[in-house]
Amino acid sequence: MAFLEGNALFRNLYCLLAGNSGNAQHCGRDGLLPAGWEWLAFALVGFAITFLLLSAFLLLTMFYTYLERRLLGRFQGRIGPNRAGPFGLLQPVADAIKLLTKESIVPQGADWLLYNLAPLMMVVVMFMVLAVIPFGKHTFIADLNVGVLFIIAVTSVNALAVFMAGIASGNRYALFGGMRAVAQLISYEVPMVLSIVGVLLLAGSLSLVEIVEAQVIPFFLLQPLGLFIFVVSASAEMNRPPFDQLEAESEIVAGYHTEYGGMKFGLFYLAEYAAVLTTSGVIATLFLDGWEGPLLPSHVWFLMKVFFLAFIFIWVRATLPRVRIDQTMAFAWKFLLPLGIINVFMTAAELLLFGHEEAGGQGIVLSTADLWLMSVVNFAVAVVGIGAFSRLVSLRTPALPVSAPKPSAAEVV
Amino acid sequence: MYGLGILNGFMVTLKNFIRRPFTISYPEQRAPQHPRFRGEEFTWYEERCTGCASCAKFCPLGIIRIVTHPSQETPAEGDSYAIDVFDIDIGRCMFCGLCVEACPYDALFMGSGFEEAKYRRQDLVISVERLRTAEKRPSTWYRPQLEAQNYDPRRGEPMTWQGAGREPWPYHLPLRPTTEEMTTDREAKP
Amino acid sequence: MPMRSEPVTVNVGPQHPSTHGVFRLRITFDGEVILDAEPVFGYLHRGSEKLAEERTYTQVITLTDRLDYVASMTNNQAYVLACEKLAGVQPPERGMYLRVIAAELQRIASHLMATGFLLNDLGAFATPLMYCFRERERILDLFEMLCGARITLSYMRVGGVFQDAPEEFWPALRIFLGEMPHYIDEYERLLSENEILVTRTKGVSVLTVDQALNGSVTGPVLRATGFPWDLRKVDPYEVYGRVKFDVPLGRAGDNYDRFKIRIDEMRQSLRIVEQCVEQIEPGPVRADVPALVRPPVGDAYSRIEGPKGELGFYLVSDGSVAPYRFKIRSPSFINLTVLRDMLIGWKLADMIVTLGSIDINMGEVDR
Ligand code: SF4
Ligand code: SF4
Repeated sequence: MAFLEGNALFRNLYCLLAGNSGNAQHCGRDGLLPAGWEWLAFALVGFAITFLLLSAFLLLTMFYTYLERRLLGRFQGRIGPNRAGPFGLLQPVADAIKLLTKESIVPQGADWLLYNLAPLMMVVVMFMVLAVIPFGKHTFIADLNVGVLFIIAVTSVNALAVFMAGIASGNRYALFGGMRAVAQLISYEVPMVLSIVGVLLLAGSLSLVEIVEAQVIPFFLLQPLGLFIFVVSASAEMNRPPFDQLEAESEIVAGYHTEYGGMKFGLFYLAEYAAVLTTSGVIATLFLDGWEGPLLPSHVWFLMKVFFLAFIFIWVRATLPRVRIDQTMAFAWKFLLPLGIINVFMTAAELLLFGHEEAGGQGIVLSTADLWLMSVVNFAVAVVGIGAFSRLVSLRTPALPVSAPKPSAAEVV
Repeated sequence: MYGLGILNGFMVTLKNFIRRPFTISYPEQRAPQHPRFRGEEFTWYEERCTGCASCAKFCPLGIIRIVTHPSQETPAEGDSYAIDVFDIDIGRCMFCGLCVEACPYDALFMGSGFEEAKYRRQDLVISVERLRTAEKRPSTWYRPQLEAQNYDPRRGEPMTWQGAGREPWPYHLPLRPTTEEMTTDREAKP
Repeated sequence: MPMRSEPVTVNVGPQHPSTHGVFRLRITFDGEVILDAEPVFGYLHRGSEKLAEERTYTQVITLTDRLDYVASMTNNQAYVLACEKLAGVQPPERGMYLRVIAAELQRIASHLMATGFLLNDLGAFATPLMYCFRERERILDLFEMLCGARITLSYMRVGGVFQDAPEEFWPALRIFLGEMPHYIDEYERLLSENEILVTRTKGVSVLTVDQALNGSVTGPVLRATGFPWDLRKVDPYEVYGRVKFDVPLGRAGDNYDRFKIRIDEMRQSLRIVEQCVEQIEPGPVRADVPALVRPPVGDAYSRIEGPKGELGFYLVSDGSVAPYRFKIRSPSFINLTVLRDMLIGWKLADMIVTLGSIDINMGEVDR
């Protein structure tokens, strides 16, 4: 019922319908619905909120696709899409119309069910994450007390969707994409989770709202290494450059969605761009102090942070070449994982060192001075750690692997 | 090493982000075009053309079709051929300019435009009517006399046939002297 | 215990985003590792050699434009050199200088294209490609001033070039020469130190000197192995004997060297152009050659150092206005023959990069 208590709009809507009966006790008047029908009020309000949120989010995503293309253009010295509407702002609409009016083809030899299910799954997963992200002060659908866990769990379904698409298409490039998806997405879960652990240790809670509230100073100052690992592995999870193995355009054509066309491709496209926004939202919440900020309203602050992070992702995309698949895996296991472990242990040790139990038994509390000291220490460790590991770990795969008896192409066919 | 190379790359892209884009939005803005540009539509001066068909012979693709007939009963100097057909199939043309190079009388020039897209192939054939009536904005390609005049087809006046040649050519339409004139006071003429 | 897996054969191309045209590779993969690779060409075959037998010597120039369509100038140059050898024509000095300037500019343009596409194949989302195209565009502008076209240039003629450069060409060229080094620095800053690029390309798809020589490989691919072979030095044609320049050499013969060597060669080409601009004297640009060249009966082979390697034209004349036989030694085609050796044992992603580092052009491979 968190949203009922938290947000005025939702509370009023609920009050209008259900009145004083049911859970909310502060309406002060009778609702439209007779007593005993609170559940309907609840369902309607829930539906309305979800609808509102999804629509807003979809609009935002559409705008983001435009923004990404436009900014990429600028990074590359081009202008970018500027034909549809003023400044090309209607470009996403034009794209959507084009995709919607295309014929939906299921290739011969594809697994019909999986083929059609995969894009849906991809999108639904992206939307589920929205449920727990606090978009502003008191604006969230649910404040799950295991919010972080929920995000991690839900986003890993993504790997399954991609794999389904890759396997079901009956195309070898798609198969490559699917195989890469399983390898990469599962590997990068590990450092990603490890990097969050530091935050959780500091915040002492799994709820995203409480994490934001726990940030006396933003956690990116306290967890620079964690932020680095999270951003890197999130870009791998989202299939963004430099880890866009799943659909590496110059290698495997379009990877897992090679065979998709029309709106099914559109859904993948949407999910991909939505992922950038949700991930930026998660990063903003976990590391950048969420909605908090001076002067401006909290929602504006949150959006600003999200779009700042999205800008960084676009910048990365415009700059970096792709890492090879084995190097991608090596990077996760040899580089990010040890750094993540270092980060966790360091944070825990610092908490032991600086923290002191508060009387009320509210867990460990640190003074602001200690936090700043911690920040300095962590930054030093991050720089040294990244430097040392990039020196120690060679991602280069050595000489040719032994290719045993080489079958000629003719034999294999 | 240490990821510094990557950071360097980020700086370069950021610098280019701040710079003005180097592309332009084409139909509204246009890149400067050099007068020598070998354009798609051709410029042809009937007054200068003798119908010798050198251009047709030199074209590697053989896409210029010329049909002529003797314009007077007794062609005096052998140049009095009237042009019936002068088709250039620019659907196959590669704008190499060899036809222009071949023309001994400076009658054929490359054009200066490049927007000749058509919906049907047969529309791509430039007919003699079109060549006659089109605005004459010849490219200065392989025509040093135009370059010497600093002529720019994209600016200024269309070029007249008198101005386009290497020399004022007196034996052409419509200023062609009569056979009598030519035989009598030829020396007196400039 | 080794894991058993089943090889899978994949057709890469002819319609693949990074096969640089309609090139097809039949590759047997074990997972992502390449077990076997078989290049298949011919999708862009246009019969240029046969077509040339029907055309006069001048008209064939337009055919050579379309061989390696990103380096028309050097194709023209190689062809007219063969014609001049056959017909015994000596082009005037200024004509030769103009040809060298044009050819070196074309080399820069071609290398820019190769570098851009190589980096694009590496997955840098079109950014280096756009930067490279920005400068290539300026070279094409210069070409437009010179000869009115940007891609299919047909600038050179038997006995020189068809026309002198216009007045405004020289200041524009000077500005370009002044700015280009900074742009080359920018590419280097953007990517050549980039750790991702280094790990992706260093030590990958190594070509040894022996393999390269056995495969008759030439151009930057050969020089990347460390073998000093540049026809501009070894067998100077035109005015290359009078300019000073270095031949950049690689050491390992891997993808990184092939990438780096092109950037270094761009700088050397700029040096050559600078010296040519200083040395060039006013004068005629075209020898007095009839429009229909009729070389005496005989044959001639002439070769130049094209952007992609040794580009040779072999011409047989039967005394008529058209060549009796016209044979092209195209570097892209011959450099491709070592592709299989370079690929086996490497990964799918390396295959694309290696193909990009050889810098093929299908117009030239299939002819
Ligand atoms: S430009 Fe070339 S192809 Fe076109 S008509 Fe003239 S000679 Fe023929
Ligand atoms: S255009 Fe020139 S070459 Fe062609 S027929 Fe006329 S005069 Fe002769």
